[in-house]
Amino acid sequence: MDKKGMKGWLYLLPAILFLGFFLVYPLIDVLIYSFEEGYNFASQTYYGVGLYNYSYVLHDPYFLQALRNTFILVVVTVPLSTALALLISAGLSSFRPLRSLYQTVYFLPYVTNTLAVGLVFMILFRKTPYTDGFVNRILGWIGAGPIDFIDGSYPAKMFVLCLYTIWVVMPFKILVLTSALASVNQEYYNAAKVDGTSRFRIFARITLPMISPTLVYLIITGFIGAFKAYSDAVALFGTNLNTAEMNTIVGYVYDMLYGSSGGYPSYASAAAILLFVIVLTITCVNLMVSRKHLHYGV
Amino acid sequence: MVFDMEKQIDFEKIGRSDRVRRIILKTVVCAGLTFWALVVLFPFYWMVLTSVKSYSAYNSEYIPKLFTLSPTLQNYREAFTAVPLAGYFINTVIFAVVTVALMLVVTVLAAFAFARLNFPGKHLAFTLFLSLMMIPNELVVITNYVTITNLGLRNTFTGLILPSVTSVFYIYLLKENFEQVPDQLYYAAKVDGTSDLKYLRKVLVPVCKPTIVTITILKAVECWNSYVWPRLVTDDEAYFLVSNGIQEIRENGFGRENIPAMMAAVVVISVPLIVLFVLFRGAIMAGVSRGGTKG
Repeated sequence: MDKKGMKGWLYLLPAILFLGFFLVYPLIDVLIYSFEEGYNFASQTYYGVGLYNYSYVLHDPYFLQALRNTFILVVVTVPLSTALALLISAGLSSFRPLRSLYQTVYFLPYVTNTLAVGLVFMILFRKTPYTDGFVNRILGWIGAGPIDFIDGSYPAKMFVLCLYTIWVVMPFKILVLTSALASVNQEYYNAAKVDGTSRFRIFARITLPMISPTLVYLIITGFIGAFKAYSDAVALFGTNLNTAEMNTIVGYVYDMLYGSSGGYPSYASAAAILLFVIVLTITCVNLMVSRKHLHYGV
Repeated sequence: MVFDMEKQIDFEKIGRSDRVRRIILKTVVCAGLTFWALVVLFPFYWMVLTSVKSYSAYNSEYIPKLFTLSPTLQNYREAFTAVPLAGYFINTVIFAVVTVALMLVVTVLAAFAFARLNFPGKHLAFTLFLSLMMIPNELVVITNYVTITNLGLRNTFTGLILPSVTSVFYIYLLKENFEQVPDQLYYAAKVDGTSDLKYLRKVLVPVCKPTIVTITILKAVECWNSYVWPRLVTDDEAYFLVSNGIQEIRENGFGRENIPAMMAAVVVISVPLIVLFVLFRGAIMAGVSRGGTKG
C-alpha cells in the first residue's frame, strides 16, 4: 500500500479500534456466549454447546413476565404517542401565536434525566399511609377512589409506566412531525382551498399522505425504542423490577448480568439475542406493511 | 388575478356561522395545546415546589398543596451534605467532558478520512461502518461488561468512558457535512502546501462548526442521562454519576424518606441540561430532528 493509502487508514484507526473493541468483538462474543452451556463466570469455563440457554430463558417466568410487559408497553405507547404527537403538531401548525414558546416547552422532557423526572412521577402517583398523592387528589374530585399506582395492582402500575413512557417520547415525535408538516408544499393547500375542500378532507387526503414517510419512520423508531424500555421502569419502580412485576426484556438482560440475581452472562446473551430477533422481525414487518400502504415514496 | 378571486370567494363565504366555527376550532386547538404544555410542565413545577417545602410541612400535608407560603432552601443544603451529590455531579461532568472530547477527535478524524481522503477499501469500510449503526447497545453491553471487569477497570473513569466514546451515527453526520465543503478549498490548501491535519483544523472544523456543536451537545445530553452502563461498571459510590446517584438516593436515601430533599437533588441534576437547552435551543432541536435517537 502506498503512502497515501496508509494515511486514510491512519485517520480511521482510532474509530476502528474503538468500534472493533467495543462493538464488533462484543457482537460476535455475545453470540458465542449465548450458545455456551453452563458458563461459569469465575473460572470462565463451560461444558457444552447448544440451545440450553435459550430454552432456559424462554421457560423462565421472569422472562415471560418481562416479555408480556414489554409487549403491552409497545402496543399501548407507540400508537398512542404517535397519534397524540400528530394531533399536537397539526394544532401547532395551525396556531400561530406562541408557537415557538409551545415548541420549546414540548421539547423539555427530551433534555431531562429520565431517572430524575421519573422520581417526580412516582411521587405524584404514589399513595402512602401519609398521603394519597397528587393524582389521587384529582381522582377524588371526580369521585374515583384512591389507587396506589406504584405498589398497587398490575393494571395501575402498567398505566403509570405507559403514561411516563409517552411523556418521555413525545418531544422527539412532536419535533419531527412539526418539521414534516411545515415542509408540505403550501400550493397543495391553496389548490384544495380554491376547490372548497373541507378541513378534515384536506388533512386526510393531502397532509397525511404527504407526511406518511415521516410517520412510518416515527412508528419504526418508536417500536425499536419501546422494545428497549428499561430506565423508565427503574425510575418509577426501583431497581428490583422482578419483584414489582414490572421488568422489561432489557431489564431482564441486565438483571441476569449483574445485581443480586446476576452472574449469568450466557442467559443474558440469549435474552439479548432474542430481543434483537424480535425487534428485527417487527421492523421488517413494519417496513413491508408500510411499503404496501404508502401513498408517497420513501 | 388569482388572489383577487380567492378573496372574493372568501368574502362571500365567510358567513356568520363560518366565523363562529373558526373561533370554536381555534379555541379548542389553543386549549389542547395549553393542556399538553401543562402536562409537560407540571412535573417540573412539582419538583421545584416540593424541593422548597420543609420536611415537616411536606409530611403534614395529607392532601398535597399546590403552593407553599414558607419556602426554604434547607433541602438543598441537605442534598449537598447528607449525600455526596456534589461528588456525583463532578463525576458526571468529568465523564461527559472526557467522553465528548474523545468522541470529537475520533469522529472528526474518521469523518475526514471518509469525506476527503482516497484510500483502497474506503467504500467497503464505509458500508461496514454504516451497518454497525444497526447494532443495539443492549447486545454489546454484556461483553463490554465482562471485558471491563476482566481488565480490572470496574470503578474507574477509564472503564466508564472507553465503551461510551464512539457513535457511528455522528461520524456519518459529520462526513455528510464535510462533503458539502467545496473541493476547491482543499486543493487550494494543498497547493499552498498545507498539511491535511492543518487543513482539517483551520478550515474544515471551523466551517462545519454548527454540526460539531450539535453532535457535542447531543453526546453531552446522552452522557448526562446515561444510566445503564455506569450502573453495571460502578458499585463504588465515589464513581457514581448523577443517574446512579439519584437511584441510590431513592433507595437508601437520607436515612429517612425525605422527599423534599430528594426533589432538591432532582432539581440540581435537571438544571444543567435545561440551562444548556435554553442556551443552545436552535442547535439542539435542529440536531435532534436530524438524528435524535431517544424515544
